[in-house]
Amino acid sequence: MTQASASPGTGGAPGYDVEAVRKDFPALDRLVHGDRPLVYLDSAATSQKPRAVLEAVEDFYLRHNANVHRGVHTLAEEATGLYEQARDSVARFINAPDRDTVVFTKNSTEAINLVAFTMMLADPPYRVGPGDEILVTEMEHHSNLVPWQLLAQRTGARLRWLGITDSGRLDLSRLDELLTPATTIVAVVHVSNILGTINPVTEIARRAHEVGALVLVDASQSAPHLPLDVSTLGADLVAFTGHKMCAPTGIGVLWGRREVLEALPPFLGGGEMIDTVTMESATYAALPHKYEAGTPPIAEAIGLGAAVTYLTGVGMPAIAAHEHQVTAYALGALAELPGLRIIGPSTPVDRGSAVSFVMDGIHPHDVGQLLDFAGVAVRVGHHCARPVCSRFGLPSTTRASFGLYTTTGEVDALVAGLRRVREVFG
Amino acid sequence: MSADALYQEIILDHYRRPHHKGLRAPYDIEVHHTNPTCGDEITLRVRLRGSGDETVVEDVSYDGDGCSISQASTSIMADLLVGATVAEGLEVEAEFHRLMLGLGQVAPDVDRLADAVALAGVARYPARVKCALLGWLAWKDAVVQVLGTRPATGEPTP
Repeated sequence: MTQASASPGTGGAPGYDVEAVRKDFPALDRLVHGDRPLVYLDSAATSQKPRAVLEAVEDFYLRHNANVHRGVHTLAEEATGLYEQARDSVARFINAPDRDTVVFTKNSTEAINLVAFTMMLADPPYRVGPGDEILVTEMEHHSNLVPWQLLAQRTGARLRWLGITDSGRLDLSRLDELLTPATTIVAVVHVSNILGTINPVTEIARRAHEVGALVLVDASQSAPHLPLDVSTLGADLVAFTGHKMCAPTGIGVLWGRREVLEALPPFLGGGEMIDTVTMESATYAALPHKYEAGTPPIAEAIGLGAAVTYLTGVGMPAIAAHEHQVTAYALGALAELPGLRIIGPSTPVDRGSAVSFVMDGIHPHDVGQLLDFAGVAVRVGHHCARPVCSRFGLPSTTRASFGLYTTTGEVDALVAGLRRVREVFG
Repeated sequence: MSADALYQEIILDHYRRPHHKGLRAPYDIEVHHTNPTCGDEITLRVRLRGSGDETVVEDVSYDGDGCSISQASTSIMADLLVGATVAEGLEVEAEFHRLMLGLGQVAPDVDRLADAVALAGVARYPARVKCALLGWLAWKDAVVQVLGTRPATGEPTP
């Protein structure tokens, strides 16, 4: 027996035990439509959750439940300790030099809105006003586009954007032209949720800084899949969400350089974000609490802490290598299907694990529905990135996206399902 | 439920060879409806004839992009409604709507819905119900708008 056939259908990087990883995710054992094993290829929408995360959340509610930063009783101290330990874990995970620069938010969307909203009210040089320019890309998820549209509309600033090449890369040929002294903020996605493209954000940030612009990176699709080091990324601000990286929903992160987060004004006002309050005014708490008004999502933050500890245990470099191999395998297998066109980079170079495609004459909704009957879960639609679909002249795509627990056997199930789709539609 | 039960041959036939498709003139009104969650779009034109209770759907023409469910549903709808009175058409629409929102628990009125009964399985898939309703809602919107611009017993359109 060859080595390859000794572990059929697992694939991935040498030494990476994907079957051991899968045992940590109870949902992956599910059957759907009666007797079909679930093939979950929708991790870019949300990841499944490992037992360690579910147990951390349960343990909090069963044993330590209290509000944070409020009481002196035992449970309050424990809850506060667990919540702040989660912040420490996230800071280590992204190699943040300063744990107080890790702000918990509801999700990436809220983190980005926090920045876009407060820049409207900030003092120079971070204030966005009439005549200023905001640079985004055509590749953004709506969460990193609409907040900037709102900011432009509310301030009279001008929204500009980098386009996408036919092969699904950012068109950087106009970067020097689009970056001007008026550029106040550059907001760019690290890894595209629809095309899978990994963007050269460090190089973009370097050039943006030459004109004095701030740089925000949407790391929603990179934090779960690649080692993320904010100390070398080059960004001033980084947003990501917990639920795509094995944590619960309702918890996200805004990381920022201390001087930027200190300069931007508060976002939401309320409890916890204050220093002192009189009837007329208030002074504000130090970072990170300045941006954490109200009772935070405590259990969710603790779940995120458990998630990054879990991911670190598996090893982010190993996860990235595994997903790279699964993605390369999928790109090769999909390319052999007649009438199927991949939207986005067709090679695994500088590419994440979301693979979008269209099939001639078959609408993505029908592809997704028929795959579901086969147990294969994919996403269909415009993936909250409608301008990307428009760029390629498509109303929507089908997207298969992989995670640390995805096997090449599951890719085979996808391909078999797509052959069946072709049979039904002829 | 199986793939075959949802994707009945009649649906696939209408998807491959849609009836009444293509935008035609003359028309009384053109409406554009979208399904924002999936990006499906339809442009639909309606031409009415006659007046009052005798108002008849003379033509329904449409163009758009959508899944087999939305395209087949619109094609079947046009078959049912062209030549019917507006009153009959609104009753058929109401019955189809009731079927689609019935979560698979509603017995369809076969006489009234005819080929549209083939779409009954869609009701079990809430995410797809709005696909099936896209063309119908566009038609109803168009008709209501046309009637709203006419006196109740108005003159026939020229």
